[in-house]
Amino acid sequence: MRGLTLGYLVRRLGMFFLTIWLGATIIFIVPRLAPGDPVAAMVTRLQAQSGYVEGSAEMIEAWRARFGLDGPIYVQYVNYLRSVLTFNLGFSLSSFPSRVEEMIAQALPWTVGLLSVATIISFVIGNAIGALLAWRRTPAALRAILPLSFTFTSIPFFMLAILFIYVFAFGLRWFPPFGAYGRGLVKGFNWPFIKSVVEHGVLPAFSIVVASMGFWGLGMRGMMITTDGEDYMILAQAKGLRPARIFWNYGIRNAVLPQFTALALSLGGIVGGSTLVEYVFAYPGMGYLLYQGIVNNDYTLIQGIVFMLIVTTATAVFIIDLLYPFIDPRISYQKR
Amino acid sequence: MSFSQASENARASVSQEAAVLQVCDLRVYYDTPLGAVRAVDGVSFEVYQGEVLGLVGESGCGKTTAAMAVLRLVQPPGRIVGGQVFLNGVELTRLSEGELRRIRWRELALIPQGAMNSLNPVMKVRDQIADAIETHEGKQPARELKERILQLLATVGLPARVYNMYPHELSGGMKQRVCIAMAIALNPPLIIADEPTSALDVVVQRVVGETLLRVKEQLGVSIILIGHDMGLQAQLANRVAVMYAGHLVELAPVLAIFSAPLHPYTQLLIEAIPTIKQRKPLKLTEGLTHDLRNPPPGCIFHLRCPHAMDVCRSEKPPLREVRPGHFLACYLHA
Ligand SMILES: Nc1ncnc2c1ncn2[C@@H]1O[C@H](COP(=O)(O)OP(=O)(O)OP(=O)(O)O)[C@@H](O)[C@H]1O
Ligand code: SF4
Ligand SMILES: [Mg+2]
Repeated sequence: MRGLTLGYLVRRLGMFFLTIWLGATIIFIVPRLAPGDPVAAMVTRLQAQSGYVEGSAEMIEAWRARFGLDGPIYVQYVNYLRSVLTFNLGFSLSSFPSRVEEMIAQALPWTVGLLSVATIISFVIGNAIGALLAWRRTPAALRAILPLSFTFTSIPFFMLAILFIYVFAFGLRWFPPFGAYGRGLVKGFNWPFIKSVVEHGVLPAFSIVVASMGFWGLGMRGMMITTDGEDYMILAQAKGLRPARIFWNYGIRNAVLPQFTALALSLGGIVGGSTLVEYVFAYPGMGYLLYQGIVNNDYTLIQGIVFMLIVTTATAVFIIDLLYPFIDPRISYQKR
Repeated sequence: MSFSQASENARASVSQEAAVLQVCDLRVYYDTPLGAVRAVDGVSFEVYQGEVLGLVGESGCGKTTAAMAVLRLVQPPGRIVGGQVFLNGVELTRLSEGELRRIRWRELALIPQGAMNSLNPVMKVRDQIADAIETHEGKQPARELKERILQLLATVGLPARVYNMYPHELSGGMKQRVCIAMAIALNPPLIIADEPTSALDVVVQRVVGETLLRVKEQLGVSIILIGHDMGLQAQLANRVAVMYAGHLVELAPVLAIFSAPLHPYTQLLIEAIPTIKQRKPLKLTEGLTHDLRNPPPGCIFHLRCPHAMDVCRSEKPPLREVRPGHFLACYLHA
């Protein structure tokens, strides 16, 4: 009855490609809205800022070769689409001849590693706290303490991060204050390197968790209060089920459903990095890269990161659409 | 009025001595900013072994609240402020949560008023029934458990495919019958059925009514049958208790209630039914005339009673047995 149908898969895949195509097209159109040669304009702007751009002549040539900027707009468009869909994202404006896809490939693993772990921890802790806050049987003492954990969410993030660096890195010297791994280590699958990566990740991850779990917690609290008033919760009690079972299988199991959509979207947005965190901790991920792109006016780099974001968000939506019928039986592959 | 022979026999077999449930002076109030809503205000009755006790009255008179109090499931801001509930001699209002949990469902099951939303939307029917069984009887061998659940579904006239279905795949009547199957899963001595046929269309109402009748006859379970559906009451009940504004005003054998009601309110109720056969929710032209937070002194019904006397306005009439088995809270027919 709820089997995955080919039609559903095709529709969802269609949606997936449509999203990516639309996003790529917008990225193509926006710089062309300004009059003149976009590449020359960008290079000129850069030169005006920093005086001299190394290899600017070659860069302009490379761009022309890539886009055929002298050709008619539809030729440019087709060329652009072809290169972008093969993740050929062009040269970085600020650090030619580095290619954008290579810069992204360097930064991506750091961000994905840090943010996916932090997001999932934050999701689990935040939802648990929110659910406990809404649950009538939660001991009063616990219920009094738990909201304190949300107060961190209201502190501006960078202040929190600076505080953590001050206390845990400079004060207690438990963790290194910045970077992703120690100097002089051989990158690879060896213990000293892995240990160093984990040590460097703890403070940024902790900051992200503390700063974002209130978001999950407040959402969950609201959902759980609604769920707790449902008739099936009362019948579950009448059945004499153990409170823990009612809490998990009847309460959380229902209340958490909308949270999964939000989780998928925030996991999809991970490749955008957490600019603030990565900046404060000088963490060499996508957020830091984006920051550099912005301060350096590196339009191709920003473009590349935005395109990656579009692709991963579309992918996350695609995956959640496929998974949702498994977590909520009321959603079937047939309808919608 | 004509009742089926089978139900007539079942009625005769009711043992008058053995009370499964005794409710004494039960009071349940809802705390509101403007004062306590006295939803149930001093209600006493008994349910005998194997009988169906009907509990009728207008919407808002406190039927569900009384039932939930018996189950000790009154939702805040409501709370039981007084009275006792004896289930097979055990005083429920004094039990700890843990003790209560072991008694629930095994001894006292519920067919809830909102059967539409009473099933967990993300659990299959089989898991929800299994939940009730395994909580009280421990882990069961998979094969036996499945057979038992299929048997339960068959008892309430549901096809075996329902076993693997989710609640949203069922019609209203099917959900209602799943709730009935769940209620009889542990063979409890008492089931509270809160408006089991409301919100169903007429044909399905009949099917559910017949299912309840079969359950009653096969299992000999006692049932408190709440509802405005007077046709269903006539079909199933042995005795009927009439509630008005949180008070029990009359309690008598079903025939007496229908053919010779004594309380002026019951008379109004019975007159309001076009025919017994017609299953329509009770609707009187006038509703409650007082605020449940502020009940009048004397007889609870005197503001609407055509026979009200001076004594009715000052002193509350007690529930007395005016004829054998016929209880009445009214100064008439003394
Ligand atoms: N949460 C609440 N807060 C305040 N008053 C309440 C609350 N729940 C119920 N009441 C009041 O208690 C009274 C009894 O309600 P109850 O649901 O028991 O009536 P009922 O006889 O079951 O009605 P129905 O036939 O409509 O199901 C009603 O007057 C209602 O207004
Ligand atoms: S006691 Fe008086 S007011 Fe109340 S129902 Fe009887 S006659 Fe009417
Ligand atoms: Mg009710």
